Amino acid sequence: MDLTHDLTSVIAKSFGLFYLIALSVGITVYAYWPSLGKRFDKAANSILDDEDGPCR
Amino acid sequence: MMERLTGAERQIALIICVVMAIVGLVMAAAGHGDPMGSHGAIVLIAAGITTFFVLRAIGEPEPAEDRTVDYYDDPTKAGLVIALFWAVVGMGMGVWVAAQLAWPDLRIDAAWSSFGRIRPVHTSGVIFGFGGNALIATSYHVMQRTSRARLAGHVSPWFVLLGFNLFCIIAASGYLMGVTQSKEYAEPEWYADIWLVIVWVVYFVLYIRTLARRNEPHIYVANWYYLAFILVVAILHIVNNLAVPASLTGAKSYSAFAGVQDAMTQWWYGHNAVAFFLTAGFLGMLYYFLPKRAERPIYSYRLSILSFWGIVFFYIWAGSHHLHYTALPQWVQTLGMTFSVMLLVPSWASAGNALMTLNGAWHKVRDDATLRFMMVAAVFYGLSTFEGSFMAVRAVNSLSHYTDWTVGHVHAGAMGWVALITFGSIYSVVPLLWKRETMYSWKLVEWHFWLALAGTVIYVFAMWNSGIIQGLMWRTYTDSGTLAYSFTDTLVAMHPYYVARACGGALFLTGAILAAYNVYMTIRHAPEKRPERDYPTSSEAVEPAVPAAE
Ligand code: HEM
Ligand code: HEM
Repeated sequence: MDLTHDLTSVIAKSFGLFYLIALSVGITVYAYWPSLGKRFDKAANSILDDEDGPCR
Repeated sequence: MMERLTGAERQIALIICVVMAIVGLVMAAAGHGDPMGSHGAIVLIAAGITTFFVLRAIGEPEPAEDRTVDYYDDPTKAGLVIALFWAVVGMGMGVWVAAQLAWPDLRIDAAWSSFGRIRPVHTSGVIFGFGGNALIATSYHVMQRTSRARLAGHVSPWFVLLGFNLFCIIAASGYLMGVTQSKEYAEPEWYADIWLVIVWVVYFVLYIRTLARRNEPHIYVANWYYLAFILVVAILHIVNNLAVPASLTGAKSYSAFAGVQDAMTQWWYGHNAVAFFLTAGFLGMLYYFLPKRAERPIYSYRLSILSFWGIVFFYIWAGSHHLHYTALPQWVQTLGMTFSVMLLVPSWASAGNALMTLNGAWHKVRDDATLRFMMVAAVFYGLSTFEGSFMAVRAVNSLSHYTDWTVGHVHAGAMGWVALITFGSIYSVVPLLWKRETMYSWKLVEWHFWLALAGTVIYVFAMWNSGIIQGLMWRTYTDSGTLAYSFTDTLVAMHPYYVARACGGALFLTGAILAAYNVYMTIRHAPEKRPERDYPTSSEAVEPAVPAAE
């Protein structure tokens, strides 16, 4: 089977479109998931004081 | 530094050195009379030098330190010093290349010193030598701190750092001998490429194993960027360098791709080298060192997650904007153009996130040249990504392509963004790693900042002017439909800008030399700082390892 323009554009307009949309929805949901907020805040603040040596 | 390895680790290091020496010997013997033979000799010498250092430590007593109480920073320190060395070499070459374009006599009549050979020494020297070493070194630093875990291994970080530098040396020396597979930013030949794959896989495994030891529930976003850099560069490098050696005893090889497929593969690689080498890795630096230096958490952590995935998934499709108006099918060009324009969104989200973090700390930016480096880097990141998205539009590209405008865009990104964020990170991390109060001289940091900024602005403005003049002259027709200007006319018009660019580059280089001097003096002469936290001297020490303040 040849990788023609028609075939590629069908793939792009079906699978490509939906996987990119699904991906962006998924990522946005993850980033704004309410219960993760605390974890993100903690991560953002954790780097400000990290010279006290490793835990393991 | 090898004294800090255990006896078993020293033995592993020695075995690696011996294997390398054998490989070098075989290459030297088999490739005799070919550049590959000279590269064999270089490998042999490199293995010899490393063996010397390992052997010197091999009889020493076992290290007494307790490895659970401290990060392992020796490879980071070495990497930073090596990065500064490459900065001076690579940018020195850049100034020479720029000077050759302004005054062609500086080509001096040797084969090795011709433009076509020293130009890749400049590009590889700054991108891989300076940028690559800085990325590896800071990634060791960041992965340990954000995971609160020591590096997973003590030999592998050295293997990655030194192995990567061996690759850089083989690359640079090869160019001077005329070795190239003629793919920009992927010039080294097949054996160097294979070696880099080995080094890179070890790097990836080291990173993952360190993260697996982590003591934080969430992996801090800087690590995502570093990991994307490592993983995607591996994929790009392997695919773009698929080639068949003409013979196993010589450097020459032939690409597995041909024609427009080859061009598309190359610029898929080339653009993602920009995206994942020159952008993702340095964004990792930005997301760690800028908040740290400003002593404020990143403005929006959520935004940093969104822009991460945006950058990763848009960049992959953008490469074809390098091939507008070529034999590449029109729709592929349009695809690249569309994704390039969309890329502006996550790019500006990152730049904006960085600047908003500083909002409320502008007095720090005013007083602290180190933070100012990072601030200006974020501004140039915003600027060069805006410019890039604009240039990717086919109509704009018809003017900019092949001209110095592209070179101006490159250096707005490379000097303004990549180099400045690196220098900022180096200045903030060096006193910490060597346990000094501050840098040896803050005045030199201040000088460096203004030299670098002036150099970048002069360079970029000169190239914008030169590029647009050049592009317009090329497309001006007379009434009778012939070209109005000869090629030589355009060269005459560009000459003053080439002189200006060489001067701007010289300023930038001076700044880099000051940085190297300042770091050297910091290591040697700056007053020591007793760390505020307890450094337990051994595991028997009873004090808890928490900061005194808590
Ligand atoms: C001292 C400062 C610098 C000077 C004087 C300089 C000079 C030059 C010159 C003269 C060229 C060749 C342009 C041409 O072929 O027309 C060039 C290309 C290039 N330089 Fe630099 N450079 C400097 C710093 C940097 C830095 C810090 C980086 C990267 C981190 C960098 C990356 C590049 C790249 C990627 C190219 C290839 C551009 C292309 O093919 O369009 N340069 N540079
Ligand atoms: C949204 C982000 C960006 C986009 C859409 C973009 C787009 C472009 C375009 C359209 C070209 C010209 C292609 C041609 O006419 O041949 C180009 C060249 C280039 N850009 Fe960018 N750019 C972006 C960001 C950056 C950044 C941040 C850097 C550096 C750190 C960079 C480094 C380069 C290099 C090295 C080249 C020259 C490649 C060569 O011809 O050798 N770009 N970019």
